[in-house]
Amino acid sequence: MPKKKTVLRVNGRQHELALDPNVSLLQALRDLGYTDVKNGCEIGECGACAVLLNGTAVNSCMVLAWQANGAEIVTNAGLGTLGKPHPIQEAFADAGAVQCGYCTPGMVISSKALLDRNPNPSEAEIREALSGNLCRCTGYGQIVEAVQLAAERLSHRPKVESGAALTGECGDGGSHSPDRQLDPKLDRGRR
Amino acid sequence: MSLPQFEVAQPVSLGEALKILSEVKDSAPIAGGTNLMVDMRAGTHRPRVVVDVAALRDLHGIEVTDTEVIIGAATTIAEMLESPILAKHATVLVKACSSFANALIRNRATVGGNLVTAAPCSDTAPALLTLDAEVKLASVRGMRRVPLEKFLVNAFSTIRRSDELLVSVRFRIPSATATGAFRKMGLRKVSCMAKVDVAVMLDGDTTGRCTSARIAIAAASPAAVRARAAEAALVGKALTPEAIAAAAALAAKAAAPRAGSEYKLRVVEALARRLLAEAALALTRGGSSA
Repeated sequence: MPKKKTVLRVNGRQHELALDPNVSLLQALRDLGYTDVKNGCEIGECGACAVLLNGTAVNSCMVLAWQANGAEIVTNAGLGTLGKPHPIQEAFADAGAVQCGYCTPGMVISSKALLDRNPNPSEAEIREALSGNLCRCTGYGQIVEAVQLAAERLSHRPKVESGAALTGECGDGGSHSPDRQLDPKLDRGRR
Repeated sequence: MSLPQFEVAQPVSLGEALKILSEVKDSAPIAGGTNLMVDMRAGTHRPRVVVDVAALRDLHGIEVTDTEVIIGAATTIAEMLESPILAKHATVLVKACSSFANALIRNRATVGGNLVTAAPCSDTAPALLTLDAEVKLASVRGMRRVPLEKFLVNAFSTIRRSDELLVSVRFRIPSATATGAFRKMGLRKVSCMAKVDVAVMLDGDTTGRCTSARIAIAAASPAAVRARAAEAALVGKALTPEAIAAAAALAAKAAAPRAGSEYKLRVVEALARRLLAEAALALTRGGSSA
């Protein structure tokens, strides 16, 4: 099969690729080292592979890589780094919203998409926005609390953070490593 | 899990897309991909060429004319949820969209894909059936407009020919007094397939007499269906609890669930009764919207 020339713009970094037409966006991202994008079900059920595609949260397993040609893609690791986590990531750690962590990158992405559009969501709106993200550990309570906490914190801070994060603060390859995505506070506290 | 191999065609116009669909055997249009990707991974659909129709302008947008609402086939469920036109003229469809899959899927799945896939549990189909919607199919041979009720033939089966592309779905603007209601019963509150969907649309005059009734059911038959006998039983009558209960019992007769799923008949009856009562109540309050 002829390869498809595809430009993926991920977390502010541009990748020029020649891919088989049947490569999903999920696979392309993971092959590039964005392993914070998790492969859960590959049938659009679990949301672990969620990314922002031009600002909209989508399952990357449901998108062919060439369909994302030229689009702005943001993964969980693109929102913040270990040293400088995004307030949503921080809130997930502080609220104990992470147990095994597999669903967390997708949860954070859906939360980001929600808070970008609706900075002060109700609990029902949060649950609706996270309806495509399955968690088999926490039972969702702390996750909803984390989004509420993030909304609260974001509303009290000056509006500069997200733009800065998108234009490439995530430049270090290490930020893609799954065990380094979240605040180290995670390892303490709730145990 | 990797996908089987296929080639990609990216036509820049509807005409070019139709030419490809007519000339290339085993081609499959892709827009949101939320059905096709699953089917290709499962090996149940192995197109040789995937035709990218997502960017075709003819397939986008929700517009309203003096008489009709027209929805492009590649309109996403999320776009429909946010449409002021649908909020004004077709709340029954908006309610169906709000129960559709989950937030992530709604951002990709399209109304055209939902109808063409023709899953028995399609959420948009019953709502659109109560709006008496028509689909527009295009091919190199020309265009044809088909009532949705005729379009849906069986489970995962429509009258679409392999060289045809579903371009849009349209329905007449419901009367200002018409009132619609929709309910999905699934195994979870969200992110589930329908076990039963019921949609209703009622209109009435100032005396409380029913002038028009449409009832549609999905997931309880191979294809979504209208409950014609139940509708006929209501028209011309006062919308009393007795008339509604009788119509709901007839609605269940329109369903044909698979063996072992007979419980769905009782669900259809109960949902139909509740939705008709809700819509009748809204009618007496001056009608809200369809």
